[in-house]
Amino acid sequence: MAEPDAEIVQFDNVGLRYGTGKEALTDISFTLYPGRFYFLTGASGAGKTSLLRLLYLAQRPSRGLIRMFGTDAITLSRDRLPGFRRRLGVVFQDFRLVPHLSAFDNVALPLRVAGVAEREITRPVDEMLDWVGLADRRNARPATLSGGEQQRVAIARAVIARPDMLVADEPTGNVDPEMALKLLRLFESLNRLGTTVVVATHDVHLIRKVPDSLIMRLDKGRMSDPTGALRYPPRRTTPAADTGYADMPPVDSKAGSDGDGEPPLGFAPA
Amino acid sequence: MNAAALFGGSRKAEPGLLPDPRLGNPMPWVIAIVIALTVIAAGSGLALRNAATSANATLNGGVIVQIVTAAPASRNQQADAALAALTRTPGVIEAHRVAQDQLEGLLEPWLGTRPGDTIDDLPIPALIDVRMADAATPDRIKALRATLAAVAPAAQIDAQAAWLTPVFRALATLQWLAAGLIALLALATIAAVVLAARNTLVNHRETIAIVHLLGGTDSQIARVFQRAAGIEAGIGGIIGLIAGVAAIVVLAQQFSALGSGMATGAALGWGDWLVIALIPLGGVGLSVLTARLTVLSALRRMV
Repeated sequence: MAEPDAEIVQFDNVGLRYGTGKEALTDISFTLYPGRFYFLTGASGAGKTSLLRLLYLAQRPSRGLIRMFGTDAITLSRDRLPGFRRRLGVVFQDFRLVPHLSAFDNVALPLRVAGVAEREITRPVDEMLDWVGLADRRNARPATLSGGEQQRVAIARAVIARPDMLVADEPTGNVDPEMALKLLRLFESLNRLGTTVVVATHDVHLIRKVPDSLIMRLDKGRMSDPTGALRYPPRRTTPAADTGYADMPPVDSKAGSDGDGEPPLGFAPA
Repeated sequence: MNAAALFGGSRKAEPGLLPDPRLGNPMPWVIAIVIALTVIAAGSGLALRNAATSANATLNGGVIVQIVTAAPASRNQQADAALAALTRTPGVIEAHRVAQDQLEGLLEPWLGTRPGDTIDDLPIPALIDVRMADAATPDRIKALRATLAAVAPAAQIDAQAAWLTPVFRALATLQWLAAGLIALLALATIAAVVLAARNTLVNHRETIAIVHLLGGTDSQIARVFQRAAGIEAGIGGIIGLIAGVAAIVVLAQQFSALGSGMATGAALGWGDWLVIALIPLGGVGLSVLTARLTVLSALRRMV
């Protein structure tokens, strides 16, 4: 992989405080580069979701600087926000599906928001639903789907528009290991196509499945860099040493090649 | 059939983010009531305008000449002389003496005509109905009075319009009242749509937040609300128009049964019906605009 020549995200001494409470994030500084696969780890309450909210532009920081896609995201005007958000795919921890829309319409939502013609929506959305194993639940509303099925719809929605950066908050928390691996393969495929992937997870086994991934770790709202992910140039592999995960089983580099074939990312929505 | 299908709403720009409006919602019925009241107020206002215009056109050049003298011979002689003089007067396009039996007919309800009644013995004035080419202004009345002074000294001259001035004032006031009612109903429509839009915003706040995070623009979201408001106002407008027109037709039948010339003059023309038919469209436009402004204002306060 060629070294990236421009950062996709840059945080500089970012702090985030909700109301008048103590800071949820303190002095966060890091840089993300295009085409990399990042894991964000940390204990519950460490600030992972807060950091992701800043990454997918749902929240403005209390202090510090954030640059995204080469632009100052703090002072970004309201009119320009939608354009930036369309370059992001987000898997929310609580899925956040639109309750009165079918699985198909939920997955199609980013394409429709982006103004893709209706005739160009059906095939990729159906392929994506088929790939996440929900072809037969195409017309089901979220309330009738299981937690795992809702999560797969949320993931399909996040990747359907081939975003520049995918941000996923515990994306495999509600699915069985087989489906988790399959979804991870989807993220990897997207990553190979150039998408920067940031996955927040507790699951060390999941991290091992992506050998070229980089790990960022949050501890009580502060960032640590166990794998050198935040250095430039970043390390290419996920070393077990110095990560706090030394007892993990070795990375199975072939794990990603098992499954049902390549995920359906060949379409090119507008 | 749901309302979206009825109105052929496109799902491309507004991807069904809100549940389709249905008759089960209160808003179409609120709009229907407001539109029905607006139609009735507008119909009444237009009818009053027509009545005033018609009466004014009829009475504007009208003059009544009364020969008020107790002696029948002198009364008849002065009436004939006055009629002859009026016929020759420039600006008078028509003059005719009101027949004696017509005069007695006017008094009949009060004085009766049964045997023994004394109506024939009453010194009823002779009346001459005069129609002038132009309005019977005080100057023209004064000139007529000078013309008749020599040939009919017992003549009294009155402009017909002068008698009905209080009626015209009342009609004008009622027209303003109708216009005021329409303005108030428009404000009620705006208030109802603002409340409905805010309520929908609260109910679907999460959906709106999701669409924002997926890159949806304020305009896209506002279009969803506009579409819903437009469909609901359209449904309510049609129901209200039907109810309002039915009420106007019933009222028109009641007034036409009076047989009054003023009531006949109040009849609505094609132009009036066109104005009434456009009221629901105005309601839809007002609702759509109100929904858009309300939603955009609320969205600007969101992240």
